[in-house]
Amino acid sequence: MSFFVKRLVWMVLTLWIVFTVSFFLMRAVPGGPLDSERQLDPMVEANLLRRYNLDLPVHEQYLRELGRVVRFDLGVSFRLADSTVNEVIRQGFPVSAALGVFALLFALGLGLATGIVSAVWRQTPLDYGAMVLATVGIALPNFVLAMAGILLFAFYWPLLPAAGWGSLRHLVLPAMCLGAPYAAYIARLTRTGMLEVLSQDYIRTAYAKGLSPTTVIFRHALKGSLLPVVSFLGPAIAGILAGSLVIEQIFAIPGIGLHFIQAATQRDYTLAMGLVLLYTALLYSMNFLVDVTYALLDPRVKLE
Amino acid sequence: MPPRADHNELLRYAALLEQARQIKGVSLGRDAWRRLRRNGVAMASLGFLVILALLALLTPLLPLQPPRHVDTARQHTRPQLAPFWQPTPLIDETGDAVRNGFGRLDPVSSGLLALRLRLFGDWSIGSLAGTDSLGRDVLSRVFWGARISLLVGIVATLVSLVIGVSYGAVSGYFGGRMDNAMMRLVDILYSIPFIFVVIFLITVLSTPAIRDELENTWGIDRLTVFFFVMGAIYWLTMARVVRGQVLSLKNEQFVEAARTVGAGPMRIVFIHLVPNLLSIVIVYLTLTIPRVMLFEAFLSFLGLGVEAPDVSWGSLAAVGLESMTPVTTHWWLIFFPSLALGMTLLALNLLGDGLRDALDPKLKNR
Repeated sequence: MSFFVKRLVWMVLTLWIVFTVSFFLMRAVPGGPLDSERQLDPMVEANLLRRYNLDLPVHEQYLRELGRVVRFDLGVSFRLADSTVNEVIRQGFPVSAALGVFALLFALGLGLATGIVSAVWRQTPLDYGAMVLATVGIALPNFVLAMAGILLFAFYWPLLPAAGWGSLRHLVLPAMCLGAPYAAYIARLTRTGMLEVLSQDYIRTAYAKGLSPTTVIFRHALKGSLLPVVSFLGPAIAGILAGSLVIEQIFAIPGIGLHFIQAATQRDYTLAMGLVLLYTALLYSMNFLVDVTYALLDPRVKLE
Repeated sequence: MPPRADHNELLRYAALLEQARQIKGVSLGRDAWRRLRRNGVAMASLGFLVILALLALLTPLLPLQPPRHVDTARQHTRPQLAPFWQPTPLIDETGDAVRNGFGRLDPVSSGLLALRLRLFGDWSIGSLAGTDSLGRDVLSRVFWGARISLLVGIVATLVSLVIGVSYGAVSGYFGGRMDNAMMRLVDILYSIPFIFVVIFLITVLSTPAIRDELENTWGIDRLTVFFFVMGAIYWLTMARVVRGQVLSLKNEQFVEAARTVGAGPMRIVFIHLVPNLLSIVIVYLTLTIPRVMLFEAFLSFLGLGVEAPDVSWGSLAAVGLESMTPVTTHWWLIFFPSLALGMTLLALNLLGDGLRDALDPKLKNR
């Protein structure tokens, strides 16, 4: 319980730091955020003036703004007329979440399977082939993978749609491209973990008492070798969140990643800041879940 | 005056000294180098990277077409070997034509360019890798892009190296409450999704007013901002690793000895401790460079990194993506920058893995 509270406090602290830094960065723009190079939509400008109390002194603005963010009100968008940051998130989040979950499942499934196969048939051509592929997968940027995927599976060999959103078929190619580097990492981690576990005494005992290789590998060895994979899940989730920026851009998927990039290129400060806060909170919660899972899997680890 | 040493004794000392000179201690570095040399893949990667770095350094000397020379008559030419060697009329030894084709160059590069004009005249390699939508030569652009991609990778990594090593070493050496506070800060920073913060930062910094001020009063262009922002992110892991090493080293006798003869804490940290961290730092360096380069490519790909007319591999690939439609795929626009980026990252990763294995006694026999 105290673990939970402690993590929550850290998360709030981090969010507060991110908020404060972003707030003052936004105010550091000369002439204030309203004074941009081109005229704003009058309605947007009126909304902004009302929303941000720009006539008040800075510390008062800051406190009021903080008060609103604490109540999960992230403000209005700078560029999208008549749309709040919360609305953008409500529309985009389910899309990005679906993409991220599928990518993670793909990475886990492919990575674990490859890693186990590699470890069990170690030092065979199968193992070498898989590990070469994994190294290539780690090194290649995901946009290269995505463009190759589109060229192959959408244009030359039209199996899947090249872009867009709507059906499950739209999800396959982006999720695979997003998950592939993490599948490669997981495969390597699983292989190393498996090799370590397979040389342990208790595995020899299991074989000695006449268990079949399948039982030994899946019932006895797998659980022990999963630990490095679970601790990698935190960075993997962070990476998938970041990768979704590029993947959503390439496949024109209307998720929050696409909105974030548009906000950044069009200098929509409020939307960008709201999404940074969202990503921070998301990453924190995911890391928390990963730590809990780790403690559940390994009885030696205590949450503290 | 001390008594004169016996002649025989002197000879004996000389012999001992000679003997000692002949024994070569096998340092960790030498041992690691020996092990690395046996690793064919890592050595091949090292060779590739050295050649790549040389080519990037000497790009102005190579007989490539001017990377910014627009020739709309030749737009989207397919890669072809046919004119392997062609005169490029644009190049003349004086005048702006050269500058237009190459952009503004630093003194060293323009020197190399002048040498190239003397060596090859106006001859250059044909468009082996095709041309882009404005008829610019892709091969040449990939080479010029290599300079920026590699520069960002190396400089940003060095920035992160300086921050990470100093921070980690100081934190580890002083220990106690200071160490605790410094490492808590690292923990907090770790949990911030930096990619998003950096994009936000770039959003603010590329506001015209701020950018003008940075460029005109401070002389900082976007590339410099880039180096520092990225260096400022990737120091965290380095700081943790260095701190761990310093913690285990700081009770060694040589540190005690240095303290006894009156060395101050900063001298001990930077003169005595940091050189002992070299091996682990090198491993992290080779693993950080590809990450930084990947991040640069990622940002440039999204249009938030290197700006036209400068090119990097990421921005070249982004141009390739724009030209990709179901009707016409100009595959060479995507393929060549991606190939260059992919091979470099692969080589760096393989070399990093090889170095880690070579320096890690635990992994020695695996």
